[in-house]
Formats: sequence, structure tokens, C-alpha cells
Amino acid sequence: MIELQNIQKVFNRKDVVVEALKGVSLTVDKGDIFGVIGFSGAGKSTLIRMVNYLERPTSGEVIVDNKNLGKLTSKELRDVRKQIGMIFQNFNLLESKTVFENVAIPLILNHTPKNEIESRVKELLEFVDLENKSKAYPDELSGGQKQRVGIARALATNPLILLCDEATSALDPQTTDSILQLLKKINKEYNITILIITHEMNVIREVCNKVAVMENGKIIEQGDLIDVFGNPKEETTKNFVRTVVHDEVPQIILNEINNEDGKSKVLKLKFIGENSKKAILAEACSKFNIQPNILFANVTELQGNILGHLIVELKGEKEDIEKAHEFMRDRNVGTEEVVK
Amino acid sequence: MMTITGPQIIKAIIETLQMVSISLATGALFGIPLGILLVITKNGGIVKNKAVFSVLNNIINIVRSLPFIILLVAIVPFTRFVVGTSIGTRAAIVPLIVYIIPYIARLVENSLLEVNSGIIEAAEAMGATTIQIIWHFLLPEALGSLILTLTTATIGLIGATAMAGTVGGGGIGDVAISYGYQRFDTGVIVITVLILIIFVQVIQSLGNILARKARRH
Repeated sequence: MIELQNIQKVFNRKDVVVEALKGVSLTVDKGDIFGVIGFSGAGKSTLIRMVNYLERPTSGEVIVDNKNLGKLTSKELRDVRKQIGMIFQNFNLLESKTVFENVAIPLILNHTPKNEIESRVKELLEFVDLENKSKAYPDELSGGQKQRVGIARALATNPLILLCDEATSALDPQTTDSILQLLKKINKEYNITILIITHEMNVIREVCNKVAVMENGKIIEQGDLIDVFGNPKEETTKNFVRTVVHDEVPQIILNEINNEDGKSKVLKLKFIGENSKKAILAEACSKFNIQPNILFANVTELQGNILGHLIVELKGEKEDIEKAHEFMRDRNVGTEEVVK
Repeated sequence: MMTITGPQIIKAIIETLQMVSISLATGALFGIPLGILLVITKNGGIVKNKAVFSVLNNIINIVRSLPFIILLVAIVPFTRFVVGTSIGTRAAIVPLIVYIIPYIARLVENSLLEVNSGIIEAAEAMGATTIQIIWHFLLPEALGSLILTLTTATIGLIGATAMAGTVGGGGIGDVAISYGYQRFDTGVIVITVLILIIFVQVIQSLGNILARKARRH
């Protein structure tokens, strides 16, 4: 649905050359909720603007719905943009127009007949739970309500794609959650492909099935949500994952560890997907006569998958402990010895 | 006993209103599009065009650097060419228009620049054409500010019409100068000053009310 091929973007501003994107490639499939995460200045905003050509790449190709945007006339480009809804961090609603008029604008631009606009806007406002705010002005709405208007406006022309530019960054956690649920509903009910950029890992965790991590104009890691969360490779990715998945061993537990006699070992275990539902630890313990002592546990749900972190002290004979450790490793449980 | 009669004052008021309304309407007709053109061709505008912008920008600056009283005299040949005479109300309207067009263009430019650039970005993302962006986004969002802009321009014009009195343009200014100043009639000065104050007050209040309405429907 969206394909960015080796995109480079260089800004020349008063003799200062800024390389915002340094060869970014990305594929978003139909039906994906694809999240791009990164700190400010990583190039996320420039990246998302490539998809509707608000920013043009210095080099590289942008292909949306099988059309190469660089090869379109401006009329064709405007038609493609009508297939791509966009919502913004600051909502960008027209302050001089009512909620109804704001949502109607894309339809007016398309010269849609008045009675059709009427019914379509009504339907959209119902979908975003704002049917009673139709005559209100944006400055009478809360942030969450404004974003709902933004979403209704973006959906007015039945787009194939919805771009979310830090759409929840100006909202409180509860409102963020309700907007994210709405995005999920849009993805499911209308089968709209969604591309989200954010600096909040919980946004990615809540709605995305795929994620890319950006740093300094490059994508440093990407893949399915569960893989990136389960096995983050780059330091930046690990830091982001840590903001929502706690797998750090608390210091107080580290202090308690006493394995000088070799009769105990502290392991950090990681269960992903199917593994999390099996009694692998129990099996290992009973098989090798080990006493487990669970020190810390954390379970995260990721789009129907489970990611479990467990810190456990295994007590028993040294040999048996090694065997139990191997047993779990063979069953694809992530294991890592915790040392002081 | 004053040196002028009531009907003379009423005639002067009508002349002033004529000069102001005709030059305002014509000035707005040209000034608003020019202001829009400045904004959209500016660096970062939706149809950025350095050549168009700098030519326009410079012409506006040149005309605006002339005080009205100088402009009035400087373009007499042009005025004579357009209306066939350089004296009277009709002759005063030509320099008034030349004076007010760049003034309105500059004020409109400032109003439109206040529109949140995010709204323009949203419009482009919706696939709006340049005309649609101007008509459906830029102008409605700036409407309140544009009304205040035109109010300021109108008040500026009232001041200029008074100076146009010096070329026999008629109007309140003419009365003040030829009867009040040249014949030392303090009563006439007082009356013309009062009329001008009332004019400005009414126009400013009207502008404020309309602007508020535009912002809050």
C-alpha cells in the first residue's frame, strides 16, 4: 500500500544543509497499523510527509497504492491525496467554522452534492461520537474532541490510508487511549491502512502490528511488533521498549542474590507468544528437582501476543540447575543469567 | 456667525463619503488580490515565486514611502489622463486609490500571514487546489482580521481625503482648510473636527462589531 524506497531528504536553509532522511526504505501493507517511533529530530515528521508528498524526496521513490508519486501531474497528485487522510498533533481545524463545516470541507472541495454532504457528515460525527457537537466551534471542544473532528474530517472522502502525525502527543493518557481505540476501530471497520508516527511507545504497544524505530534520519530497526518488543537489538530500541515493558532487575533483588556455593542461579527468562502459555518452567523444575523462587514477573500483551518477563532463582544441585537451564533454552525461552 | 451654511456642510459630508467609499471599494478590489498574491508567492507560500513576489513587494514599498500629500501632486499628469482634470472630487479619487491599494495589500498580507500554517498544510493534504486553499481556508480563517484591516484602511482614507481638500477635492477637509483655516473661522474647525471624530468612531465600532461577528458567527 505504501512503499518508500531509499528516500533521502536534504533541506538547504541559509547555507545550513540538514540531512533529514538518509536513505529510508519502508513497506506498509494493506490493513497494517504501522508505527514509526523516534525522538524529536529523528526525521519522523519528514518521513510521514513523504507519503502524501507534502515533502518531496531529494532522491528515492514514493509508491502509494501502486502509483509513483514523483511521476504524477499535480492534478493526479491531488487525487491521490484525497485517498490519504491525515490527522495532526495540533488538529489543524478551521477555527472560523463549526464542527459540521470542518468535517464537510473535503466533501465541498470534491463538489459533493449538498444532501450527500449532510448525510455523510452526520454519519461520520456519529462514528466519532460527536453527533451532538455538530454546531460547536473548535475552541469550545476539548483536545480529544478536536482530534475526533480531525479524524472525521480525514475519513470524509473514504481514504485508503490514514496518516497520524503525533496525533495523540497533545492529549492526556486517558484521551490518548480513547483516540487509539478509535483508530483501531477505523482500521477494522473500514479496513484503512494506518501509518502512525509518535515518540510514545505506549501508542505503538496499544495499536500497531508493525513498528520501525528511527534515529538520525535512518530506520535502525523494524519488524513485527512482537519481534521488536521481544528482541530489541539497538540501544535506542531497547530504551523505547523499556518505557513500556519492564524487564529490569530491581536493585534490591540483585542485592539478595547469593550463589557462591553454586547451588542457586538467578535467571532472567523471556517468554514470547506460544511459550508463554506452556508450563515450561514448572516442567523443568519437576524434571530436574529444582526449587524455583520467583523474584519478579511482568506480562505485556501485544496485539494478541503475550510477552512475559520472569526473574527466577533456581535452587538445587549445580548439575541439575545447568540441565534445567538448558531444557528451557532448548524450548526457545530466552534465558540470561543475572549476576550482581 | 459662521462663514458657511448647513447645506454646505452636508454637501461636504457627502463628498467625503463618496471619496472614501469609491476609493475603498476600488482599492479593496485590487489591494486584496495583491495581498493574497504576496502571501502565496512568498518564500514558503503555496505557489512560491521569487520574481513575482519581489517585483510586487518593491512596487508596494515605493508607493508606500510617499506621503499622500506628495503623491497627490506627483501623479497629477496621471490623474489628468484618467479623469481629464486634476481638480475636484473626481480628481481626488484617483490619487486616493493609488494611495490605498498598496496600503490594503500590505495589511491583507499581514492578516493572511497570521493564519496557522498547519491549516494550510491540512488543506494541501486534502488535495485542495490553490484557489480552494485561498477561498475555503485562507480567507475564512482571516476574515475577522481582514475586516479590521479594512477598517484601518478606511480610517486612513478619511485622513487622506482631508488632504485631498488642498487640490479642491471637496469634502470635510476642504471645508476645514478653506473656511476654517484660511478664513480664521474657529467654529468651522471645531465642527469639522467633530464630524471627523464621529466618522472615525462609527467606522471603528462598526469594524469591531463585524470582526467579532466574523470570528464568532
